Amino acid sequence: MNGTLLASPEVSGFGGDPWWLVVIKAVAIFVFLVVMTLFAIWAERRVVGRMQQRIGPNRVGPFGLLQSLADGIKLALKEDIVPKAADKAVFILAPIIAATPAFLSFAVIPFGPEVSIFGHQTRLQLTDLPVAVLYVLAVASVGIYGIVLAGWSSGSTYPLLGGLRSSAQMISYEVAMGLSFVGVFLYAGSMSTSEIVNAQAHGWYAVLLAPSFVIYVIAMIGETNRAPFDLPEAEGELVGGFHTEYSSLKFALFFLAEYINMVTVSALATTLFLGGWRAPWPVSLWDGANQGWWPVLWFVAKLLMFLFVFIWLRGTLPRLRYDQFMKLGWKVLIPAALGWLLLVATVRALNTEYNFDTREIALYGGIAAAALIAVTFVWDLIAARRDEESAVEHEPEEFDAMAGGHPVPPMPGQSKPALTGVGATTTAAGPDHTATEDDR
Amino acid sequence: MTISGSTLVALAAAGTPTGTATGTGEAVLFWLLAPIAVLASLGMLFSKKAVHSALLLALTMLCLAAFYLAQDAPFLGVVQVVVYTGAVMMLFLFVLMLVGVDSSDSLVETLRGQRIAAIVAALGFGALLVFSIGDVVVSNAGLATANADGNVQGLAALIFSRYVFAFEVTSALLITAALGAMVLAHRERIERPLNQRQLSEQRFRGGVHPAPLPGPGVYARHNAVDTPALLPDGQPADVSVSRVLLARGDVRKAPGADVVVRDASEIERPGDDQ
Repeated sequence: MNGTLLASPEVSGFGGDPWWLVVIKAVAIFVFLVVMTLFAIWAERRVVGRMQQRIGPNRVGPFGLLQSLADGIKLALKEDIVPKAADKAVFILAPIIAATPAFLSFAVIPFGPEVSIFGHQTRLQLTDLPVAVLYVLAVASVGIYGIVLAGWSSGSTYPLLGGLRSSAQMISYEVAMGLSFVGVFLYAGSMSTSEIVNAQAHGWYAVLLAPSFVIYVIAMIGETNRAPFDLPEAEGELVGGFHTEYSSLKFALFFLAEYINMVTVSALATTLFLGGWRAPWPVSLWDGANQGWWPVLWFVAKLLMFLFVFIWLRGTLPRLRYDQFMKLGWKVLIPAALGWLLLVATVRALNTEYNFDTREIALYGGIAAAALIAVTFVWDLIAARRDEESAVEHEPEEFDAMAGGHPVPPMPGQSKPALTGVGATTTAAGPDHTATEDDR
Repeated sequence: MTISGSTLVALAAAGTPTGTATGTGEAVLFWLLAPIAVLASLGMLFSKKAVHSALLLALTMLCLAAFYLAQDAPFLGVVQVVVYTGAVMMLFLFVLMLVGVDSSDSLVETLRGQRIAAIVAALGFGALLVFSIGDVVVSNAGLATANADGNVQGLAALIFSRYVFAFEVTSALLITAALGAMVLAHRERIERPLNQRQLSEQRFRGGVHPAPLPGPGVYARHNAVDTPALLPDGQPADVSVSRVLLARGDVRKAPGADVVVRDASEIERPGDDQ
């Protein structure tokens, strides 16, 4: 996308680049992402290998560094198969839809402050929007199409299930992810990435908004379909998931998209919560740390740290079951994010509208919470005593299988009487056996 | 919906009533994307496969989002992608893929007066569109005034002050719809669901076949679900082929095996002799 077209004058410092600089930046981002992908695949195999007490690839190039390049060439030279039952147009389009948006979202990630390139003062960021973070979410949601369509167009069962799983997963975790952003928006007062980094000059949001950070990190792993949330590719149940039927370059595109998405969410985590390109604490005491080209180093270092966490998790945790995973997303992450958001918004409103200090709010809030806990504690004591006085044993209600003259199932709390006589052996053998008996 | 959307954009682009000239970049973008949007909308109407229709609709929405972005409405453009393309169309696709549209719908109308109500609602919606767009064409404050404090801030100030009631009513409507969906889809659990431990115990106590069944055979000439695997003694492992195929009589003879299974009743499954 053209930087000058999209960059709004609202975000200062953008939109003034000559066309050749825009091209240089775009190509640099492309190269960076491809190199990061090659590096991440190599690092993953080496680190996981080390964690499993083996060596990992070490034959191609020094330390096996060129292994992923060799694998890429091998992939490209493989036979490209389109299944007969596939919807051909969509089948070919799907990997492209998955891979293209992965590159797009990096356009708004700030690599560093203003630097001089060929005598031209410019920021190390392709472009910025007043809604840059939302733009990343939007682009990610287009990327999901690639996966869903790959699953559907393959004309096969496992890919369809994998595609549906994956999109359900990404949509669910996108909600928690979006909610974890809101705290940052409230404190930074902006949705543009460069301004969020500027707002973290005096403290990273990972500290100030720790719950948001934790929620984001969990959601970003779910969003990228990585272990322990790699259910769409669960080999034991779905063969290869949505890309089962893909081979050659089309498969390589999915692979590329997955790793670039990892890099993108890590970069976003760095930008929103770890101060972006700002130097970490002991280094930041040095005046030159946040100037010139040095910040690129801090940014990449933080990015690599997140990538290491991804690999570490994959080497450590077993895969979740699908229902556990959905429960975690909808019943833990989203309510927690909403509750935390309510708190942040209240504190922020008290800060800005009524000029309360955050410390004062914490003090009064703490006192109120302590008083509330004390009141409920006393209330429970009184209630317990009252219950003891009027302790009447509640007989469990008798279950009447023919209540009202019709056969009815037991109500909650009632238990079904054990079957006696006729079906005793059948029930003991379990449902599978019963099915076999019925078939005869 | 899409057609009215593209006309809206066309109106806004062609009219430019405040006198702000369309820039070259914007004009190029418009003439590039407008045909795509129109063709995609037409394709949506005329394509045979429902999934293709949904995809073309998503493409139209993306084109609209690009138009919004180009016309200094970045928030609207991005939200269009997040909400409509990302969430709403994705749900459409879900339903299309899971349920399929081949199952022919019944043409009997269950709601009485549905057609009339639909026509009235469509007319009302059309009138609403005509009047609001007409209002904007005749008199507007101009983009500069609207975006004076920034696009997002300007929108937020309007939504949360002047239109806060409409906003809250809409959200109440959405919450009601969500609750209604939950109530309709809710199934009361009468018995406590078995947990993983109980399921595992049940599987082993049943004595049927605790582990997954063996896979079908892999041979030089047959590697398919319809060829049984061979046991060490050369007998075909009958549990390795699907019972559905057995019942249909579609099972091939395993190479080198003496016994051909023709009928489901010939198979002894572990646990049957209990």
